[in-house]
Amino acid sequence: MSILISNKTRLVVQGITGSEGSFHTGQMVEYGTKVVAGVTPGKGGTKFEGIPIYNTVEEAVKEQKANTSVIFVPPAFAADAILEAANSGIKVIICITEGIPTNDMLKVYNAIKNKDVVLVGPNCPGVISPGQAKVGIMPGFIHKKGNIGVVSRSGTLTYEAVKQLTDVGLGQSTCVGIGGDPIIGSKFVDIIKLFNEDPGTEGIVMIGEIGGTAEEEAAEFIKKNVKKPVVGFIAGRTAPPGRRMGHAGAIISGGKGTAAEKMAAMKKAGIHVVESPAEIGITMYNAIEKLKKTKASLNNKTKKVKPTKTKHSGKKSKSSKKEKSSKKKSHKKKK
Amino acid sequence: MKIHEYQAKEILKKYSVAVQDGIAVKSMAEFDKALAELQSRGINQFVVKSQIHAGGRGKGKIYDVRNRENLLLEGGVKFTTLPEKATEYAEKILGNVLVTHQTGPEGKVVKTIFLAEGLDYKKELYLGILLDRAVSKNVIMVSTEGGVEIEKVAEETPEKIIKEWIDPAVGLQNYQARKLAFALGLQGEAFKSFIPFIKNLYRAYEETDASLLEINPLIVTNDDRVVALDAKMNFDDNALFRHPEIYAYRDLDEEDPLEIEASKYNLNYIKLDGNVGCMVNGAGLAMATMDIIKLAGGEPANFLDVGGGANKETVANGFKIILSDPNVKAILINIFGGIVRCDRVAQGVIDAAKEMAVKVPIVVRLEGTNAREAADLLAASDLHFEVAKSLKEAAEKVTSVLKN
Repeated sequence: MSILISNKTRLVVQGITGSEGSFHTGQMVEYGTKVVAGVTPGKGGTKFEGIPIYNTVEEAVKEQKANTSVIFVPPAFAADAILEAANSGIKVIICITEGIPTNDMLKVYNAIKNKDVVLVGPNCPGVISPGQAKVGIMPGFIHKKGNIGVVSRSGTLTYEAVKQLTDVGLGQSTCVGIGGDPIIGSKFVDIIKLFNEDPGTEGIVMIGEIGGTAEEEAAEFIKKNVKKPVVGFIAGRTAPPGRRMGHAGAIISGGKGTAAEKMAAMKKAGIHVVESPAEIGITMYNAIEKLKKTKASLNNKTKKVKPTKTKHSGKKSKSSKKEKSSKKKSHKKKK
Repeated sequence: MKIHEYQAKEILKKYSVAVQDGIAVKSMAEFDKALAELQSRGINQFVVKSQIHAGGRGKGKIYDVRNRENLLLEGGVKFTTLPEKATEYAEKILGNVLVTHQTGPEGKVVKTIFLAEGLDYKKELYLGILLDRAVSKNVIMVSTEGGVEIEKVAEETPEKIIKEWIDPAVGLQNYQARKLAFALGLQGEAFKSFIPFIKNLYRAYEETDASLLEINPLIVTNDDRVVALDAKMNFDDNALFRHPEIYAYRDLDEEDPLEIEASKYNLNYIKLDGNVGCMVNGAGLAMATMDIIKLAGGEPANFLDVGGGANKETVANGFKIILSDPNVKAILINIFGGIVRCDRVAQGVIDAAKEMAVKVPIVVRLEGTNAREAADLLAASDLHFEVAKSLKEAAEKVTSVLKN
């Protein structure tokens, strides 16, 4: 299983004829992603390596049943491209473009937040569900099909974490780069909710960085709702305050958004916070191994003592009901 | 991007926001002219204001630029009713060093003075507009506790900060403007003048793509006018392409020369105080690499993101920038090659290190596409690189290099 994208994804590439768009379309097709259409206004009716190009996203949805879009258009036009996708029936929009003005994203975010659409990014590497689909610019070969969900504000640091997971034998259900900007479509909480509900995800890696309070909000949610093991890392412990560290959103301002605060909140929520980015993979490995052992011993116990089993299962169904109703609620909210 | 107070006031005046008026000068000759001009307008109280990007100017200290031990003046913002006193202040400030709690002990040379009218006021308030990232909306914050650091107010008496969030679809509404005015305890003429003041101010914030607009203090004059006594504006770098008139306000004297140099090569570089330089692709990995240097017992000398195309030229430019910092005792190169091929990066590192005759030890960690070929290339070169396979090994090699 996976979240956001799968082998049912029918992708339209907005900005398919640009240098980034065309290069990465080739890479995505090579990975096995079903790229069904491209959009470049004015080039409708032509083709890119056999993929039909349309003038509008609406046509791509109508003609090719596209349900997911990836955006490579330049920053000055990207907000418009997101709104076009959101208003044309696309359900998942993944915006790779870096450098979109904050004001533009402010309008876009608030315009689509009550719509039945998920925006990932901007300024992100994209989303990959290994073995099923790759929508973005990440190197496909470092990934492996499996049960760990990865969510991160970074690009290459995510690849680093993924490589570590793959190296210890842990594959990934889906890896989501949520982006390094101050305003992003999906925050940690949104993606972690999806991972929590995904039966194919057994553990979650979250990679944050300085700036904002999204990691703290996620920690709060995890504390209350997530039973799956979570491994966390925060980049930028040595970053000076008041300086923008590459990403527009990576800045400590007014003493807020430090790595120390975030790590403390995450530890409090029971997240396995690693001090060194070199230990992400091995820490998740140990957490999963421990989980396996507890599950095994729990199974043994429940098999031996019958009454506890009924008690146990009774509790379980109650809590799962609760979960379901909260699920419904959050779903409604989204709509 | 940051700008000076006098520049922010120039912008706000265009939006009909009432500001404490004045004239910016860069020399004493200009100062004399400005003083005469203000006097001819009937102004008989003056404020001499140092123009640097850092805050805390009023409580700062002016030191002699030729002898930094020599304290010339307490306070970088001085009020006086005497024209000759204003001239004396300006002479002490202009060209000398202002040290505030934000500049660090090295301070900043004051190259511009804003000579402003002195105003009599009965109230000092606070007003700030910025993005609230938690809800993805702009927020206007006001407080009756003006003239002090707002971070302090937020920490000690958070109930004294009143916030109003703005819906980007409809903008700032009148009822919100009134709410803020009531929260500030404004009455009569002051209340009436605040409503257009805040509406114009918000329009200025939005239309210029500002990322921060802070008026501290916002004053109520003795004759009940609401006026911006100070003004601080920062702008969204991503939106500067549509505001050439604001980009023209960029003051290179306020920026680190190495950072300016790096930006010419499209390198994202921030200078720090440590001893281990680093060169990385990607901002998140760059921060993580800095963290790992610290864990290894070193201190990062910089943040440097070389971006997607790490070729010979970018690596050479990166070396040049890093090595301009005399504190650098070692360099850690950490590249995760996704689309970038590591063997090409390795060749770039070898060529650039030869060309630049780099003397400090270099730890290289290349991972991803063609990483093995890259390691072979580095090993076969006649230069001595410390090659690391994993991030962990890279950290260990940095530690051992620093020990020797």
